[in-house]
Amino acid sequence: MNNILEEKILEVKNLKTYFYTDGGVVKAVDGVNFDLKMGETLGIVGETGSGKSITALTILGLIPIPPGRIESGEIIFEGQDLLKYKISNLKHFRGNKISMIFQDPMTSLNPVFTIGYQIIESILAHQNVTKKQAYAQALELLDMVGISDRKKRMKSYPHEFSGGMRQRAMIAMAIANSPSILIADEPTTALDVTIQAQILELLDTLKKKTNSSVILITHDLGVIAKYAERVMVMYAGKPVEFASVDDIFYKPLHPYTLGLIGSISKLNEEKKERLKPIKGAPPSLIDLPKGCTFASRCKFAVKKCKENFPPAIEEETGHFTACFRAKEFMDGSLSRD
Amino acid sequence: MPTEENILIKVKNLKKYFNLRTGFIFNKAAGSVKAVDDISFFIKKGETFGLVGESGCGKSTAARLVLRLLQPSAGEIYYKGINILKLKRSQMFKYRREIQIIFQDPYASLSPRMTIGDIVSEPLEIHRVGDRSSRLKRIKETLKIVGLNPEHINRYPHEFSGGQRQRVGIARALVLQPELIICDEPVSALDVSVQAQILNLMVDLQKEFNLTYLFIAHDLSVVKYVSNRIGVMYLGKIVEIAASEDLYKKPLHPYTMGLLSAIPIPDPNLERQRKRIILPGDVPSPINPPTGCRFHPRCPNAQEICSKQEPELKNYTENGNDHFAACFFAGKPI
Amino acid sequence: MYPFKDDKNKIQNDSNINEIIDESILLEAEIEKKYSKSSLYKDAWKRLVRNKLAMVGLAIVILMAVIAIFSPFIAPYNPIDRIKEASQKGPSLQHWFGTDILGRDIFSRVLYGTRISMLVGVVAVAISLAIGLFLGALSGFFGGVSDAVIMRIADIFFAFPYILGAIVIMTVLGPGVLNVFIAIGILGWASVARLFRSSILSIKEKEYIEAARALGASNSRIIIKHIFPNSFAPIIVYSTMNVGTAIIVEAALSFLGLGVQPPTPSWGKMLSESLGYINTSPWMMFFPGIAILITCLGFVLLGDGLRDAFDPRLKR
Repeated sequence: MNNILEEKILEVKNLKTYFYTDGGVVKAVDGVNFDLKMGETLGIVGETGSGKSITALTILGLIPIPPGRIESGEIIFEGQDLLKYKISNLKHFRGNKISMIFQDPMTSLNPVFTIGYQIIESILAHQNVTKKQAYAQALELLDMVGISDRKKRMKSYPHEFSGGMRQRAMIAMAIANSPSILIADEPTTALDVTIQAQILELLDTLKKKTNSSVILITHDLGVIAKYAERVMVMYAGKPVEFASVDDIFYKPLHPYTLGLIGSISKLNEEKKERLKPIKGAPPSLIDLPKGCTFASRCKFAVKKCKENFPPAIEEETGHFTACFRAKEFMDGSLSRD
Repeated sequence: MPTEENILIKVKNLKKYFNLRTGFIFNKAAGSVKAVDDISFFIKKGETFGLVGESGCGKSTAARLVLRLLQPSAGEIYYKGINILKLKRSQMFKYRREIQIIFQDPYASLSPRMTIGDIVSEPLEIHRVGDRSSRLKRIKETLKIVGLNPEHINRYPHEFSGGQRQRVGIARALVLQPELIICDEPVSALDVSVQAQILNLMVDLQKEFNLTYLFIAHDLSVVKYVSNRIGVMYLGKIVEIAASEDLYKKPLHPYTMGLLSAIPIPDPNLERQRKRIILPGDVPSPINPPTGCRFHPRCPNAQEICSKQEPELKNYTENGNDHFAACFFAGKPI
Repeated sequence: MYPFKDDKNKIQNDSNINEIIDESILLEAEIEKKYSKSSLYKDAWKRLVRNKLAMVGLAIVILMAVIAIFSPFIAPYNPIDRIKEASQKGPSLQHWFGTDILGRDIFSRVLYGTRISMLVGVVAVAISLAIGLFLGALSGFFGGVSDAVIMRIADIFFAFPYILGAIVIMTVLGPGVLNVFIAIGILGWASVARLFRSSILSIKEKEYIEAARALGASNSRIIIKHIFPNSFAPIIVYSTMNVGTAIIVEAALSFLGLGVQPPTPSWGKMLSESLGYINTSPWMMFFPGIAILITCLGFVLLGDGLRDAFDPRLKR
């Protein structure tokens, strides 16, 4: 499985993005660490408010300031810290070497320009080519993302496309400048199941073809199981578990990961097993509890969980968990039920 | 075959066409959307019947037709043997007590200006059940049943989380002690961990109050979890009806096969082995649906006949369970 | 550190990002905490109090209302008493705002004028609301022919210049305070009807309306219990602003001699009386003019503030 080049293309260290709102400071991303290897698909899973989307926006430098503020951290891409970059130099990366696909293609595409114009624009913005060359490239891109009748489609406006087609067009724009990292934020949540399958397959094929790395942000554990190689599970702005996809599903060490897996109904299950939901709701990001943010919902919580946030520890090679009781899950002295 | 007595609701040849019009005062018909086009199914008392399909397949319209929120273009709906489409407004009113609905969006389905108590009390007020104090007692009991704190009766919906709000919606549906609850995507707007809470609650309530559910969703794994039988819809038609186990194990219609295959299973090893069928193309517009079998332009098994003739829903029963499919080549693998 | 709107060729628009951020940081639990135990109105009030301009507006409106009610006690003179020896005198300690051509105290007349203006504002807007809400409900809720007919009539009212319409109605009805109420009230219904109709149309599609219908709720119950409370906010905003407009129209009508009849003090009438003396006695025009300006400003500022308070997203 792990014969991909072990070269790190992106490293995020202790990233903190806070928002200063009327109600108080929202700690949307609070100490995120991860690395992305060349050619891999990294899945980020979490529920609403877990900070998964804000992490992506921070990497791309798309956080509005104010109310947002990047409190600390490093985002190391190609050996340079993106957070040290000046405004004007950042677009060299954004949409070029790192690009993003959003959930809702309707709002991501500009309704007053044709699809062709928008793709050509994104090529011209980053490449030193003539308009003619850009047009030829755009045609090729449409072919790559599986849009037929290309010349006619170049002249179409976004509203003339179906949801799936729009997402294809978005992907064409995102890969226009052969990015080394593609961030897909819930790329198929707004789409129908059969279309979702098409788009995810397309993304996977393109990734392999261009040998780029993908950060796949989703709440769907099925999608993670199918496409991700490594997975980061986030909860209330913090990563709680980071491991290979197999470890996440077969040997989860964090009670939240366990809870997520217990919450979903599996299509392949023979007999109906009662779902095992996590009790309660996620905490407010303004007023996070002392100690582990998950402790109040955790059935394994002990006294120290309510006092300190557990540090992320590498329990076994490549398997990080922020839980005081992870060791007990490891050696089997604590049952996962 | 189920006996007539234990059938709670039976839908026969139900159709709903929405006429499209152009112009304002001097408008003229400009075609119609065949949102629901000749569907038939029945629901037994105490069971959960799942209706699954992608957006625009007509599943939500079907729900609203059963509730008579929309007037069908044609067809019959029998509730306890009575054709409710023939009932007058005042006669229908009695049945409204027995059929309730839970909506998808826990934000849009509760009026932001009413307290939780007002919302749950409304069904009782409309149907003039009990006096003030007995209503209050019943509201509090119902809130407790759905897992809410009865003390919160004076709070407004925005003070609750999505999952709690969905519980309020369930309480409103439950307070009149209905027979049938129509659940229109009741968990699709919720986070996974909360989804599971609500699904478990619904399963528990069904057992406790002997409820019948019509469960509508686009997520086949959720539908399979709660349903005894499932109907699969595509472009206004039901293409397959089967017991939920049979549907998963031996899908007969190619669309069902594609749908099942499109859903990734949260099990990495299984996913690595699983062969995926990717259905090509988009769902066509219901304004101008394809001729013959509506699925034929996307179907890998399509033959000439499929574009010319419309397949009927036929029973391919095996091991005594009914298994209906509308396909000329039902069961042929793709 | 990181900019936002720097990139001309950015592939995604701001609203999209804002949406993602909203969804991510405005966690339900957080909303719950932020707004806990407060309804929309309480919450809007909190935002309104924080808005300084709106508070200025509110202060003006309250001040004007107080003056209108208590003008007989505040005014140093009877507004219609002519003081023969003091005609056309400039502002002084005895007559703060000076006197007019007939020797009446302008300060007292401006104070009394508040009564007419406020009364016209409130009554006329109330009439607009009554007609507008009824017809708006009829056309928005039931649609069909009644909608088409009502909205076409509303279009006619829109196409007609406001002042011209008022003049026509006043000419037909004849001058007088009561007729001013009626004229302004009638002219204002169309906007109210449109506003109410559009909010009904959007609320009608909400699932809680469907829920009520599924329960067998009657139309009147749905309108009164569900639609009305949920569409009230924009109507409050609009009506507040409309009071300002009504005051101006009353002034204009009185200026033209069609409105309030002398000797009742009205700001518009006072302006028209000052017309020939702009050069010799500018105070005759200045003070009623300022009064109109400040009052209207007060209502507009308050209306603006209310709009922001009810819909905090607009300010972003």
